[in-house]
Amino acid sequence: MQRRDFLNALAAGAGLVAPLGREAWAASLAAPAPHSRKLIVIMLRGAVDGLNVVAPVGDAEYAQLRPTIALARPGQEGGAIDLDGYFGLHPALAPLLPLWEQKKLAFIHASGSPDGTRSHFDAQDYMESATPGVKSTPDGWMNRLVGALPGDSRPTRALSIGPTMPRILSGRAAAVNVANGAAGTKGTVLDNRPALGAAFDELYADNKRFGKVYMDGREARKEVMAAAANPMAAEMMAANGGAPLPNGFPDDAARLATLLRNDPNMQLAFVALGGWDTHASQGAATGQLANRLSPLAQGLAVLAQRLGPMFDDTTIVVMSEFGRTARENGNRGTDHGHGNAMWVLGGGVAGGRVLGEWRGLEEKALNEGRDLPVTTDFRTVLAHIAERHLRLPDNELVRIFPQLPRSAAVDFLRRA
Amino acid sequence: MRPFRCLPLLLLACLPLLHAAPLTGEQAAAHVLNRLAFGPRPGDIQRVAEMGVQRYVDEQLQPASIPLPEELSRRLHALQTLQEPAGATLGRFLEVRAMRRDEDEAFKAKRREVFGQIANEAAEARLLRAVESPRQLEEVLVDFWFNHFNVFSGKGEVRALATSFERDAIRPYVLGSFRDLLGATAKHPAMLFYLDNWISKANGLNENYARELMELHTMGVDQGYTQKDVTELARMLTGWTYRPRKLVGDNETFFFDPKRHDKESKQWLGWTIHAKGQTEGEHALDVLALHPATARHISHKLAQYFVADVPPPALVDRMARTWLESRGDIRTVLRTLFSSAEFMDSSVAGAKFKTPYQYVVSAARASGTGMTDAKRMQGVLARLGMPLYGCQTPDGYKNTQDAWLNPDALAMRIGLAASLGQNASVETVQAALGPSIALRTQEVAAASPERLRSALLLGSPDFMQR
Repeated sequence: MQRRDFLNALAAGAGLVAPLGREAWAASLAAPAPHSRKLIVIMLRGAVDGLNVVAPVGDAEYAQLRPTIALARPGQEGGAIDLDGYFGLHPALAPLLPLWEQKKLAFIHASGSPDGTRSHFDAQDYMESATPGVKSTPDGWMNRLVGALPGDSRPTRALSIGPTMPRILSGRAAAVNVANGAAGTKGTVLDNRPALGAAFDELYADNKRFGKVYMDGREARKEVMAAAANPMAAEMMAANGGAPLPNGFPDDAARLATLLRNDPNMQLAFVALGGWDTHASQGAATGQLANRLSPLAQGLAVLAQRLGPMFDDTTIVVMSEFGRTARENGNRGTDHGHGNAMWVLGGGVAGGRVLGEWRGLEEKALNEGRDLPVTTDFRTVLAHIAERHLRLPDNELVRIFPQLPRSAAVDFLRRA
Repeated sequence: MRPFRCLPLLLLACLPLLHAAPLTGEQAAAHVLNRLAFGPRPGDIQRVAEMGVQRYVDEQLQPASIPLPEELSRRLHALQTLQEPAGATLGRFLEVRAMRRDEDEAFKAKRREVFGQIANEAAEARLLRAVESPRQLEEVLVDFWFNHFNVFSGKGEVRALATSFERDAIRPYVLGSFRDLLGATAKHPAMLFYLDNWISKANGLNENYARELMELHTMGVDQGYTQKDVTELARMLTGWTYRPRKLVGDNETFFFDPKRHDKESKQWLGWTIHAKGQTEGEHALDVLALHPATARHISHKLAQYFVADVPPPALVDRMARTWLESRGDIRTVLRTLFSSAEFMDSSVAGAKFKTPYQYVVSAARASGTGMTDAKRMQGVLARLGMPLYGCQTPDGYKNTQDAWLNPDALAMRIGLAASLGQNASVETVQAALGPSIALRTQEVAAASPERLRSALLLGSPDFMQR
């Protein structure tokens, strides 16, 4: 496995750090559009069972630990899709297979947070603030990131799709939250009734508490509406035969692709999907987990396809707060665990590989005898993307990912 | 350094507390109506100012002493789901759900009708009371405690059981003993189903409920207990279940099944628990309800809901002490909160950003239109990201500004205000909100065309906060 140690460079001192930082800055300035490199983060809230996403079907322990929910071996009925002779992909993720074959999809197994909590809410908080064990961090790492990236920032530079602004994008830098579904890109009454809009503009103009949020909202909505209404969007719909997508994520993914293509200002995006907390009746090749994975895979495939050439400049990360128990519980489900698999997709991903340090499923290899130990810190994965893909200067890296472990990162991005 | 760059802001936010004054007169009345109630209706501020804030608080703490209007009782009485036992609703639900999958249109329509009726009546009852009930603190606490013990109606049987959960496990206890409230939720089939305890058994442990019981319902996370404590508590609670058939037939909502119970002894929170059947779980609830960590955790949450997103630590300490002294009596703990200088300080008036639920209900109250269209209100709540009975995760909806204030959300609220404003007279809204509307807002409204004024008041910065 090829490893790289960008943190040792940091540790080497200012003399070395400064030129590196300046180089990165110069490189981004030379690029035609500073916002051309995109990052999309998909968070699976509720702790998806990574052991059935990228299943160690080549390991005899696997089927023994999971008598009713283990995926069958590749080639058998309902079997996993063979990835590398040892790991197999959940069959509901078949839409992602072309990306795997094109080596644009990789997994980092047994990755996650060093904090041992098995509370969804704390673990999500840590993953979104990128400060494991620290609850008081005021902002999310994507918010810190958008504030640190070179180039000029408007509210729509960082976008989340969902009912509320997520922790990961909360903070000082402007970010915009857009509702799920078609309503998210439509105008409000303020846009449609100018007299009312003007009166509200005046009302909020110098309000200390809400003025900025209000103006960001007005500006962002105009941009989002314009991006959604771009004639290219209609063309793209036509190219897809106008076929309506299944509800939920595939729909939002298509919308997100349109927005990113039509508004060059947008650079970071976040979508959270729920429903992964499978304590009972989890299912194997079919069932509850499969029913969630299926639209996720479709949505990711739609995203990759509709981004078109832009996919080459995009990295997509799929992550979850922690994994689940290696052993199935008494209700054909799994309880809260620790290590999980992170997914990375994109044109710059050197994929077709399951990365990370894998220790097997023997009792003595498991964390507390119940779940995967974390062998790759999630922050090193994110920092690798921020540094290599988004060209974030090194001195900013430590601010966005404070206390970043000094261990070597898994290297999964091609050198540009 | 950058990681602490928000610190000066935090300090600023705390500053007014150092030299602030207690609220008086109409300002004090508006404040308690924004906190113990879902905002004022026309005439409320004057009424509370005249009767005295203290008397209003005392009255609200004794909801049984406040008569319900006949019209409200009549409308509640007309809701079938609200009147029937949990088992009857579940029976109706299971009957239509069992209909075959490749059914014809008539079956589908029947199922939609029953599912829709159950869900709509639950929402209608909740909204009706929130807007119309004079026992406002009771309704505010139903919102608080339902979120604290959240169940998600999108998960199977919970759809049919949520009405009963709120009516039978939450509502009777919102001002009573926390141990009773905890026990009622622990034994309700909605909770047993939602967090999977009903299928947990000695040789098939499911630790979902046990974990959330300690993490969310009582002690809070990071209180020194371990994964082992969670697992041991789950073992103590094995056999706590319900029998769907007996629930539908005889309305038996809880059953302790000795055959499912783990009969070995357990090690929990440093104690050896000898096998004693159902008593083990009851003992665990006793211990958890009065644990100092629970007293702190829930006092903090109450102070965050009623005072400020970052509640004054001294107040939380006093509430936690009251909790332990009163053996978890919610009314006594709230008395400590409402009578505190921190709660009645002018610096906290308007400090809370309304949740979508609080915004929508307060708008219905201020505009004087009352609760007319529950379906529409439900749709609005869903669009604002807070569908009724629709929070998927057991931590419930948050009530802090961080969780709800963002550009899109604010724009959607203003859009809603614009449509509400078309049906509300500006005189009514002005009369309701009176001194809680800032001078600046009044000036802008006065300078705008008359037909826009109600919308401007309901969409104003002042009305976004409470």
